[in-house]
Amino acid sequence: MLRASLREVSAALKEGRVSPTELCRRCLSLIKSTKFLNAYITVLEEAALKQAEESEKRYSRGQPLGVLDGIPIAVKDNFNTAGIETTCASNMLKGYVSPYNATVVQKLMDQGAVLLGKTNLDEFAMGALGSDTGGSTRNPAAHCGLVGLKPTYGLISRHGLIPLVNSMDVPGILTRCVDDAAVVLGSLAGHDPKDSTTIQDSFKPFELPNLTDISKLSIGIPKEYHAPGLSSEILAVWSKAADLFKSAGAKVIEVSLPHTRYSIVCYHVLCAAEVASNMARFDGLEYGHRSDMNKSTESMYAATRREGFNDVVRGRILSGNYFLLKQNYENYFIKAQKVRRLIANDFVKVFRSGVDILLTPTTLSDAVPYMEFIKEDNRTRSAQDDILTQAANMAGLPAINVPTALSERGLPVGLQFIGRSFQEKQLLTVARWFEKQVKFPMIQLEVVKRHDHDVVQHQKSASFS
Amino acid sequence: MAAAVARGCGGLWRRARQCGAGGPASHGQRAVASSATGGAVSAGKSGLAPWVPVVGLEIHAQISSNSKLFSGSQVQFAAPPNSLVSFFDASLPGTLPVLNRRCVEAAVMTGLALNCSINKKSLFDRKHYFYADLPAGYQITQQRVPIAVNGSLSYSLCTGNKMSQMVTKTVRIKQIQLEQDSGKSLHDDTRSQTLVDLNRAGVGLMEVVMEPDMCCGEEAAAAVRELQLILQTLGSSQAVMAEGQLRVDANVSVHHPGEPYGVRTEVKNINSIRFLAKAVDYEIQRQIEELENGGTILNETRAFDSKLGFMPEPNLPPLIVYDAKSLPANMNHQQVVNIDWIHERLPDLPSVKREKLVEQYGILPEHSFTLLNEEGLTEFYENVVKQTQMKPKKVIGWILNDLLSYLKQHSLTVKESPVSSFLLADLLNLLEKKVISSTAAKQVLAELWKGEGKTPLEIVKEKKLELIQDQKELEQICQAVIDGQENEVMAIKAGNQKVLNKLIGLVQRETQGRSNPVLVKQLLEKKLSE
Repeated sequence: MLRASLREVSAALKEGRVSPTELCRRCLSLIKSTKFLNAYITVLEEAALKQAEESEKRYSRGQPLGVLDGIPIAVKDNFNTAGIETTCASNMLKGYVSPYNATVVQKLMDQGAVLLGKTNLDEFAMGALGSDTGGSTRNPAAHCGLVGLKPTYGLISRHGLIPLVNSMDVPGILTRCVDDAAVVLGSLAGHDPKDSTTIQDSFKPFELPNLTDISKLSIGIPKEYHAPGLSSEILAVWSKAADLFKSAGAKVIEVSLPHTRYSIVCYHVLCAAEVASNMARFDGLEYGHRSDMNKSTESMYAATRREGFNDVVRGRILSGNYFLLKQNYENYFIKAQKVRRLIANDFVKVFRSGVDILLTPTTLSDAVPYMEFIKEDNRTRSAQDDILTQAANMAGLPAINVPTALSERGLPVGLQFIGRSFQEKQLLTVARWFEKQVKFPMIQLEVVKRHDHDVVQHQKSASFS
Repeated sequence: MAAAVARGCGGLWRRARQCGAGGPASHGQRAVASSATGGAVSAGKSGLAPWVPVVGLEIHAQISSNSKLFSGSQVQFAAPPNSLVSFFDASLPGTLPVLNRRCVEAAVMTGLALNCSINKKSLFDRKHYFYADLPAGYQITQQRVPIAVNGSLSYSLCTGNKMSQMVTKTVRIKQIQLEQDSGKSLHDDTRSQTLVDLNRAGVGLMEVVMEPDMCCGEEAAAAVRELQLILQTLGSSQAVMAEGQLRVDANVSVHHPGEPYGVRTEVKNINSIRFLAKAVDYEIQRQIEELENGGTILNETRAFDSKLGFMPEPNLPPLIVYDAKSLPANMNHQQVVNIDWIHERLPDLPSVKREKLVEQYGILPEHSFTLLNEEGLTEFYENVVKQTQMKPKKVIGWILNDLLSYLKQHSLTVKESPVSSFLLADLLNLLEKKVISSTAAKQVLAELWKGEGKTPLEIVKEKKLELIQDQKELEQICQAVIDGQENEVMAIKAGNQKVLNKLIGLVQRETQGRSNPVLVKQLLEKKLSE
């Protein structure tokens, strides 16, 4: 049951084959047994069980709220959840209890979803899950064998999402399969008056059709995504995927997004600037951590922020302030905005030329082992991690990671599809077709519970080994 | 647009003229000219070149709206501390700004009234600085492209001896921008703490920037006064300075004619119009003295200025306003701000109201200024005019000289006047019908001020102030006076007409002021010529 798709679970709940409370308990038990992974900052055992009980009552009356009723969900700890601690994994917000729900959280609750807890992230999301600013939904999805969807900027409300880069952040959806992502998207998307950057047009949730006629499809392969450092494994997987589309009858062509190589630098300038601005509110006065230093307001600010933020955050604030200085603004910030426009235009041109979807790798390699991971500093690491995902954020385009194969080490590897603005239906339709061809194996969670981190032998999938 | 536009102060060589209450809080013996309308000049030390003061203004007007600029919390003066603070106002993480449409309309109205071009697309920016009353660490404002630009404001000053001449001046409006107000911080030095009240944080402001076209405190004060009246007429701001709804910062510098502008300083936290005039003139004088003593002018606020620039506000798309031409056909008119629609509904501005008063009632321009300057006075005046046969041209004297001076003496507003328009009209009718003399009328008015509920007629009867209507009685008195003043009669008959006034005076005394001096004069002349 814990490996089933959202739809399957939903059907099981409806048919009474499993109850919401049983499901909830199983999830909570799995969370406990995988505690060493430190995936959760806050686990909401009592509250979740209560929600599950309510859901059960609704099912017994034959009145579930929808397909998400009783479904266990987890939310990254940079989304506000009313009455629950929201920390952004930072000392600055330790003990901060949100007084309101983020719009996306509210929507899930209104549908009867059961909130298991708040998941961990890099401090202030400077490199992690559940929201996507530079790839933080798609990257982990690729490394963990999940579907990670980054919707078009403006499709889903950011109200209540503690921002990293306001002009690039979107709530991201992580699920086991593409269908599930479509379901969740259906319950989250749409205009929110509390978020002025959401589109006005009304959104209609959709069912994904079976794609039968591939011949009408044009897949673009951007040559710049053959980036330095791309593992040969992933290159092979990417090629195979392109061939798959070709043999199914699709038009597969090489395209160029010439400004791709500037995107990381551009991203870093804009990100730092917005971060510096967004972090300015953490002064210890209204909420959050406040230092004991009270000689003067200024000294209190300084001490609070030094104690509350880690090095990465402070580093970005300092760089951001530098870029925003009057004498630097033109050369850094404005310049980066212009480059951003060029990057976005690359995509516009390609899509205008008849390409429907772009196919690229999501990451440069499979997940790096922990010992290697901790060697590099955050800036280098994120520079490498985001290189393939972050242009979509610059351009505001929808993108999705579809788990594709296992590496030689037996770790998941995914591929990314990038679509046109607000054309999630088309994007997910193609992604789903691909998912069906690939038949990526299900994750064996019981094996993960073992404390030793030996590489586990999985069943290799037929087409992509 | 009014005629005679005088930008800045021309006529450097003119001598200073006294002008109203505009004198600076002068100190020292230096014969520095006070503010003037034609030319503000320093006599300076003998032999030194004159100075040209330059004054520009930055005015923050709180928008009159139910809720704040970017959040739904209420706008209210003097509410319990921190009782009107939404999550967004407190800068709680994850909250986003949502623009208040009424604030946009207020800004467009104000822009139109000040002859500005309305930018159909304007942008919002973040201005960063750290201060306890700025929870987000930045203020959302419109620095790059504000909602309105390039306007003008005409204002008038009285000049000449007895303040009888009106001069119209114009100041250019550089721009009007929408921005957030900050909270309030109260420094408690005894306990070494700062108390922060965020009720005001996020309230909508219109910043009106006036170019340095003014030359003295008087001009600055007059310009602000006119702006205040305009805002109050539009209803876009209540503009009450005492409640912090209108705040003025003045930029002041001095230079010698023909030389570049001097270093400017900012005079801040001005909370009354009178103080504005004084503070500006004081600063002008201070700068002149400083420079004449060989010193330099330091811009202290500049040193404090943040080095951080602006950043576009990423959570707000560009603000688009429409006019009839650009409005898309299918757009719901409730959802957009339409410049033309607002323009059609603008009320008469003060300048137009004044013109109409002058035209309708035949009063002088300076009268119309005083009428509009006092809240409720125009209405009072018009009510009296409606209820009396006395000509409006005569009524105005009673309003401005008698009523208004009483009100000022007792620090009362028109609303609080113990004499209603009805009572005053009643009194003026008695005068008009020649039931009483004008001297008697003033006496009656003084009595009415006590507010004892008596009617003018009752007071007249009580004090026996009626003019003597019986001609025969009057003739007898005149005759008696003539008979008693032989010398004077001879002088008059000899040709000295002035002495007649003495006789009239004597008759007045005999009748205890109850004789109509015009009639008395006629009777005396008739008798003397017999």
